[in-house]
Amino acid sequence: MEDNIIKIENVKFKYGKEDNKYAVDGVSLNIKKGQFTAIIGHNGSGKSTLAKLINSILLPTEGKIFVKGMDTSDDSKLWDIRQTAGMVFQNPDNQLVATIVEEDIAFGPENQGVEPSEIRKRVDAALNTVGMYEYRRRPPHLLSGGQKQRIAIAGILALNSDCIILDEPTAMLDPSGRVEVMETLKKLNKIGKTIVLITHYMDEAVQADRVVVMDKGNIRLDGTPKEVFSNLDAIKKFGLDVPQVTELAQVLIKEGVDLPSDIIYVKELVDLLCQ
Amino acid sequence: MFKNLTIGQHYPVESPVHSLDPRVKIIMTFAFIISLFLIESFVTYLYVIAFLAVAIISSKVPFKFVLRGLRPIFFIILITFIINILMTPGNVIIFELGFIKITDAGLRQAGFMALRLTLLIMGTSLLTLTTSPILLTDGIENLLNPFKKIGVPAHELAMMMTIALRFIPTLMEETEKIMKAQKSRGADFESGNVINRAKNLIPLLVPLFISAFRRADELAMAMEARCYRGGENRTRMRQLKMEMGDYVAIFIFVIYFAMIIVSKIW
Repeated sequence: MEDNIIKIENVKFKYGKEDNKYAVDGVSLNIKKGQFTAIIGHNGSGKSTLAKLINSILLPTEGKIFVKGMDTSDDSKLWDIRQTAGMVFQNPDNQLVATIVEEDIAFGPENQGVEPSEIRKRVDAALNTVGMYEYRRRPPHLLSGGQKQRIAIAGILALNSDCIILDEPTAMLDPSGRVEVMETLKKLNKIGKTIVLITHYMDEAVQADRVVVMDKGNIRLDGTPKEVFSNLDAIKKFGLDVPQVTELAQVLIKEGVDLPSDIIYVKELVDLLCQ
Repeated sequence: MFKNLTIGQHYPVESPVHSLDPRVKIIMTFAFIISLFLIESFVTYLYVIAFLAVAIISSKVPFKFVLRGLRPIFFIILITFIINILMTPGNVIIFELGFIKITDAGLRQAGFMALRLTLLIMGTSLLTLTTSPILLTDGIENLLNPFKKIGVPAHELAMMMTIALRFIPTLMEETEKIMKAQKSRGADFESGNVINRAKNLIPLLVPLFISAFRRADELAMAMEARCYRGGENRTRMRQLKMEMGDYVAIFIFVIYFAMIIVSKIW
């Protein structure tokens, strides 16, 4: 069994032939099966491009990407790759196809030519996993942003994808919608799905197993949330924020409170302060 | 302004007509239209009206909803009626004034046409009132499937209809948003004559079109990411199935149609 579900080997990519700047500039990254990885970086850091490269929507200019051992530039494997690494996009409105929730979730398996009775089973299972079963007959435009994004995730689940790549799924949601989506992702990770979450929000990134920081098309930091966010200066240099709790802890340390410098969870700080 | 807009005109209640297979309903509606043009006596029209009345009553759709479909084409019916009266030559002249001549054949012809159009619209309204747009799309796709061989893009048509239905509310919402945004910058959509008002719509239409194209682009990418590759080898979760009620409806309809043919032969 292959341990790394996604292998990125020294990949470079530029959008136009004449562009002299690479959007992704020599990235190498391995993602283990079952891992929850967050990729962060400010606008134009190449993180969304990287996601599209993994899903074979874009092909690398140089280098290779393997999804479960399949080369993304191999045309004959295209549909297997897209099935293995399902992708959820930023705008919840622009990725739902059908006029009824359950029809939309069925869209993926229908494209694969799955038997009708099997599609029914998958759709029901996916709806239950994201907790939207009672909404199955609603038209998507009457749902909230968080609910729409959960439907989009369910649509990928129905494809039986091992890995789910999410390109800023919470960017257009309100805070409660963001929490909904994060809870769903954590639940999926628990049942063994590999999650690659591209995000702007540090509070979401700290919930991952691993955080990758991108800047100018390259990976700058890579490690557990604690390792990455204790690098306060580096993070600020790449135009990113640290989680609010970390910021607060740093201020407290400056004021002379005795605290470790790698606090990233609210609970952690509360426990330490209340000792 | 767009709050009251419903897609299509589906009237969602449970009734024997609503639960019919959409394919059966579509074919029956077409056959009903053909039957309207076969008839040549007013007595037979009474029979058709009685049949339609039974269908409407068993569909549980209020009568005024069925009549509502007539409103937009009222003028067409009226004009057809007048033209038919004036243009049909006949032997017995009932009324004459200068070049205007009304004959018995003209009156008869005009009456037929007006009745035919009215019944045609009411019949097709009953189809759209009792069938949800989704089922209608499914039915059309299914009925067109055999014609794929001669190049009818059945799946593509159905997909286009589905996407259009899906995005109508989204684009409506967006139109309203852009309208508000432009109004707050001083745009005026309500005053002036027709030409001015049409011109004033430009600041609404340009952003709307740009965003629609962007949506189309993103949707295409999302569809491809979900393994969409056209209609080949595609299955459907919902399968249309003929049930007891469908066979009963077909049986009743065949009798209705046979009677009309019999009346024509007599």
